[in-house]
Amino acid sequence: MTTRIDTRFAELKKQGRSAFVTYVMAGDPDPATSLEIVKALPKAGAEIIELGIPFTDPMADGPSIQAAGLRALKVGMTLKKTLELVRDFRKDDNATPLVLMGYYNPIYIYGVDKFLADAKAAGVDGLIIVDLPPEEDDELCIPALKAGLNFIRLATPTTDDKRLPAVLANTSGFVYYVSIAGITGAAAADANVVGDAVARIKRHTKLPICVGFGIRTPEAARAIAEKADGSVVGTALVDALRNSLDAEGRATAKTVDAVAELTAALARGVKGAKQAAE
Amino acid sequence: MTIAKPNSYRSGPDERGHFGIFGGRFVAETLMPLILDLEKAYTAAKADPAFQAEMNGYLKNYVGRPSPLYFAERLTEHLGGAKIYLKREELNHTGSHKVNNVLGQIMLARRMGKKRIIAETGAGQHGVATATLCARFGLECVVYMGAVDVERQQPNVIRMEMLGAKVFPVQSGTRTLKDAMNEALRDWVTNVHNTFYCIGTVAGPHPYPTLVRDFQSIIGVETKTQMQEVEGRLPDSLVACIGGGSNAMGLFHPFLDDPSVEIFGVEAAGHGLTQLHAASIAGGRPGVLHGNRTYLLMDADGQIQDAHSISAGLDYPGIGPEHSWLHEVGRVNYLSATDDEALAAFQLLSRLEGIIPALEPAHAIAKVMELAPQRPKDHLMVVNLSGRGDKDVPQVGDILKGKSK
Repeated sequence: MTTRIDTRFAELKKQGRSAFVTYVMAGDPDPATSLEIVKALPKAGAEIIELGIPFTDPMADGPSIQAAGLRALKVGMTLKKTLELVRDFRKDDNATPLVLMGYYNPIYIYGVDKFLADAKAAGVDGLIIVDLPPEEDDELCIPALKAGLNFIRLATPTTDDKRLPAVLANTSGFVYYVSIAGITGAAAADANVVGDAVARIKRHTKLPICVGFGIRTPEAARAIAEKADGSVVGTALVDALRNSLDAEGRATAKTVDAVAELTAALARGVKGAKQAAE
Repeated sequence: MTIAKPNSYRSGPDERGHFGIFGGRFVAETLMPLILDLEKAYTAAKADPAFQAEMNGYLKNYVGRPSPLYFAERLTEHLGGAKIYLKREELNHTGSHKVNNVLGQIMLARRMGKKRIIAETGAGQHGVATATLCARFGLECVVYMGAVDVERQQPNVIRMEMLGAKVFPVQSGTRTLKDAMNEALRDWVTNVHNTFYCIGTVAGPHPYPTLVRDFQSIIGVETKTQMQEVEGRLPDSLVACIGGGSNAMGLFHPFLDDPSVEIFGVEAAGHGLTQLHAASIAGGRPGVLHGNRTYLLMDADGQIQDAHSISAGLDYPGIGPEHSWLHEVGRVNYLSATDDEALAAFQLLSRLEGIIPALEPAHAIAKVMELAPQRPKDHLMVVNLSGRGDKDVPQVGDILKGKSK
C-alpha cells in the first residue's frame, strides 16, 4: 500500500528536504472559509496537511486549538462535514497528503467501518488519533491499516526505548514526535534535545519522523527541519486565523491570507534548512 | 439485552482494564507510560501487607472508620415500609466518602516518590479530601475546579485554600466537572515527572476505575459486617447516588455476588430526563471520554453534551465504566432523581433525622422515598449517606428563599 504520504516523503527525500506540515481545524471559523484555507495551504508551501476534527473535550490541546474546535462546533461543524471538506479539497488537489487529527469519540460514534470507508473515499491518507495508544490498536488502528489508511502514531518524551517498539509496531506513513511533554501550543521545543530524540527513534524505525508541538516561528521550524524529516506547525497558524476574525469571531477578508502568509513564511524557513541528518 | 450472565460480577476488569466493552486506556501516548507505572505500583502495593496495615491505621485513627450503620427510625416510620439504614460516610473526616480513596492514592503516590498531587473536583469534596491528605503528608496540592462550581460551592473552595491547596477555577468548556478533568489531564501531560493524578471517582483510564473501587469497597465490606451484627443477615437492598459512581461502587461491589440483594444506583435527572440532566445511563449511550469507554451524554456527532444537576458532584456527562457494564448485564438498576426531588429529600432527612445530607446523597434519599413504601417492613434497605450538606447550606438556603434556581 502506497499512500500520498509515502509518495510525498519519497519525493522530498530525493530533493534532500524536510517536510513542512501544517495543522488547521476543520470548519474554523466556518466551513466555507476553512475549505479556502485548506486549499491555500499547499500553494503557500505546506507539503502535508493535518486537518483537526473538532471535539468538545480535546484533552491534549492548549487554549488556542480548544477555542478553534469550539468555533467550528458553534457553526455546526461535524465529522461528516469534515469529510465533505476533504472531498471538496481533493477536487483540485490530488497530490497533497491529508491527515485527519483528533480524538476517538466522534469516529466511534460515526461507526469505525463506515468512517474508514468514507474517509478513504473522500481522499484522506492518514489518521492521528490522540487518545488511541497501541494498547487500543484493535479499535481503529488495525482496521485503518486494512482499509488502506496510514495510522500515524505519536511518540513522546515519555516513550522510552523499551516502549518504542510497541508504539512503532503498527505505525505507518510517518512518526509524529511530540517534542515536549505537554499540550499543543505550550513551551517551545529545544532543537538539540529534539535532535537527540529523533536520532533515538531512528534507531528503531525507517519511517520519516516529523516533529510537532511548540514550533511557532520560521526560525524554530528551520532548526527542527535540520534535525527531522518534517516539522509541524499548528497553534501559530490557528492564532493567526483567530487574530484575523471580527469581534463576533467571524471570518474577514483577511482570514485566508493571514493563514497563507504565515504558512509561506514558515515554509521558507523550512526550505532554508540544511539537509536533515540521515 | 442478550448479554450472558457472568459467573461472578466481581472478577473484572480483564488485564486490559475492560468491563465487558467498557473501560480501557484511551489516553495520549505521553500518559501511557505513567498509567502503566501506576498499575505496577498498585499491584505491588496490594500484595504488600505493610501497605494495608498502614492504610488501616490511618483509616481508623485519622478518617474515623468504621463509619456507623445507623437505623433511621423516624424516616422508616414516615415512609411506612422498608427498614432504612444509613451508612454514615458523611461522618468521615472531611465530611464524605471521598477520603477513603484519596488516602489510598496518596499512600500510592508516596510509594512512587511523587511530590506533587493534582485532582479534579466537582462539589469540592474530593478536592477537600485531597487537600487534607496533602497537608497531612506535606505534599504540594493543585485542584482543578470548574468556575461554575467554584461559585456554587464556595465553602469547599475556602476549605481547600486553608489546607494549603492551590485551586484553579477552570474557564474552558462548560466550566464544570468534565472541564476540570480535562484541565487536570492537561496538567498531568505537562508535569509527567513529579506529578500524581489523584482521580476522585471510578472513571478514567485503567487502572483508576479499579483502584478507586478497591479503596472505596471498605464501605460495602463494613456494611456487610455491621448488618450481620445488628440484623444477623444480609440487607435486602442498597441505594446510592451516582455521578461518576465511586460511593455507589464502594457500597455495591462487595454485594454483587449476593443475588438476594437488590441494588439501585440513582443518577441526577436535573430538570427532568427530557430536559437538561446528568443521567448518563438513562439518557446517554456508550462513547469514549477521559480515558475510558462508558455511557456518556452526547449528540449525534459524538460531541459531549452539557450535563446539569443541582448537585455539583453529580454534574458530569459520564459514569464509571463498571457501572455501564453492571447496567448492561442487568445486575444493578439505575434510576434517576430530579433536582426538585433531591431538594425535597434534603429537607425531609434534615427534619426527620437531624442529618443534613449533601445534595448528592439527597438524590439517593429521594429514591428511597419511592422504594421504601413499596417494600415490606422486614425489608432491610441500606442507603449510602455519602456526604454531609454543610457545603450546600448557602445554595439550598438561597433556593428555598426563592432567590436563585
